[in-house]
Amino acid sequence: MISIRGLTKRFGSTAVLDGIDLDIAEGERVVVIGPSGTGKSTLLRCLNFLDRPDAGTIAIGDVSVDVARATKRDILALRRATAFVFQNYALFANKTAKENIMEALVTVQGRPREEAERRAREVLAETGLAEKADSYPAALSGGQQQRVGIGRAMAIGAELMLFDEPTSALDPEWVGEVLDLMRRVAAQRQTMLIVTHEMQFAREIADRVIFMEGGRIVEQGPPGQVLEAPHDARLRRFLRRVA
Amino acid sequence: MRALDLDYMLGLVPVILGYVPLTLFMAAVAMLCALVLASLLAVERVIRVPGLDWLVVLFISFFRGTPLLVQLFLFYYGLPQVLSFLTQINGVTAAIMGLTLHFSAYMAEAIRAAITGVDRSQWEAAQSIGMTQAQMMRRIVLPQAGRIAAPTLVNYFIDMIKGTSLAFTLGVTEMMGATQKEASGSFLYFEAFLVVAILYWIIVEVLSQGQKQLETHLNKAYAR
Ligand SMILES: Nc1ncnc2c1ncn2[C@@H]1O[C@H](COP(=O)(O)OP(=O)(O)OP(=O)(O)O)[C@@H](O)[C@H]1O
Ligand SMILES: [Mg+2]
Repeated sequence: MISIRGLTKRFGSTAVLDGIDLDIAEGERVVVIGPSGTGKSTLLRCLNFLDRPDAGTIAIGDVSVDVARATKRDILALRRATAFVFQNYALFANKTAKENIMEALVTVQGRPREEAERRAREVLAETGLAEKADSYPAALSGGQQQRVGIGRAMAIGAELMLFDEPTSALDPEWVGEVLDLMRRVAAQRQTMLIVTHEMQFAREIADRVIFMEGGRIVEQGPPGQVLEAPHDARLRRFLRRVA
Repeated sequence: MRALDLDYMLGLVPVILGYVPLTLFMAAVAMLCALVLASLLAVERVIRVPGLDWLVVLFISFFRGTPLLVQLFLFYYGLPQVLSFLTQINGVTAAIMGLTLHFSAYMAEAIRAAITGVDRSQWEAAQSIGMTQAQMMRRIVLPQAGRIAAPTLVNYFIDMIKGTSLAFTLGVTEMMGATQKEASGSFLYFEAFLVVAILYWIIVEVLSQGQKQLETHLNKAYAR
């Protein structure tokens, strides 16, 4: 169970997140949509403390943090309860595909190397990249890199997986394989919070779609409702534009 | 104008070669110490520990801003007068200390620039999985910065080897000191210093070849 209350983030004088309240049930798949610059990335980055929020509370599993008073320990705990998939993959350039996946298990979770390596091989097999275990990111296609990126996040076993436009940086030919992998993650009842512009994918995978604008949640509900029968005029305008 | 005494020069080569190990030893130890110190200084410059930052800035500024020879004299002849526990410091130790401090200031700047050159996404990925700052530096940022800085650091190592010649002013008989002694016995200054110059030159050339190979190797790294 994830519970976010009054999450606020300012850059200068503008509130990029303006008091976000959001509950996510275990295993729920939530897709966030909205125009550019409305704070979708900032929301995900604040949950991971890549951006430090200014106010609000975040509770993920048994980690509960008042962000204004968050200590280093709180921040690490929150980061360890979440797993982030980046738009630009952000694989560790000095580590092979297998080592990228092992890194969090060994360094952060303190698991034995053999166990981490076994887990990494399992995950690579799931992502269809078993034969790329010893390749460095620079030798992988964008689609392969993003599948390793998702594998790295899967292996952590985090309470919540965060995806920030995981297919936006990809050549069109690689988008399908990444979405397929995300479908497989979703099928495992992993709790997911996904920012994407892939409306068809959202319709198919989401339990709930959230429309954000101006740092607020403007409308939310099941995909059938939000995407097919939107109430808010701004949402209707947005959907016409992306269709 | 007189002819070069080639026999004297050839005879001198094995004598000076005998001091090459000491020269390389001083440079290697100073290089290792400087690498560690410079990495610490560079990391501090990047993350800016409050209360420590000004000290590091001062340190780097001083050791880059004053001549190595002056620093060596300050340590070897000067410091023991104010710090009594340093009275037994020998020339080799003082030279290694001086080279370490002097070059760590330069190397810190090179490593700092390399750290800044590591893509921001690498830092964020490390943070996102819950690494501590120390883990992120040690496992992700510094290894990548090391690759970027390596060619520059080899240049500093070459400078350092040449810099060991100043140790003779602290009474250390290394390559330069040995040559100085030989020359003042034979009065064949030109021959003697020409021999030692050529020997330094050869050492540096060998290292430069190694540096080229290192660069090709580094360009291929992480790409398999
Ligand atoms: N580090 C920063 N400093 C200042 N302003 C920032 C910073 N990061 C984001 N912003 C601003 O915050 C607002 C929200 O940005 P954010 O990246 O969250 O939008 P987004 O909804 O993800 O947009 P997109 O669909 O383009 O990715 C934007 O106006 C952006 O310019
Ligand atoms: Mg964004």
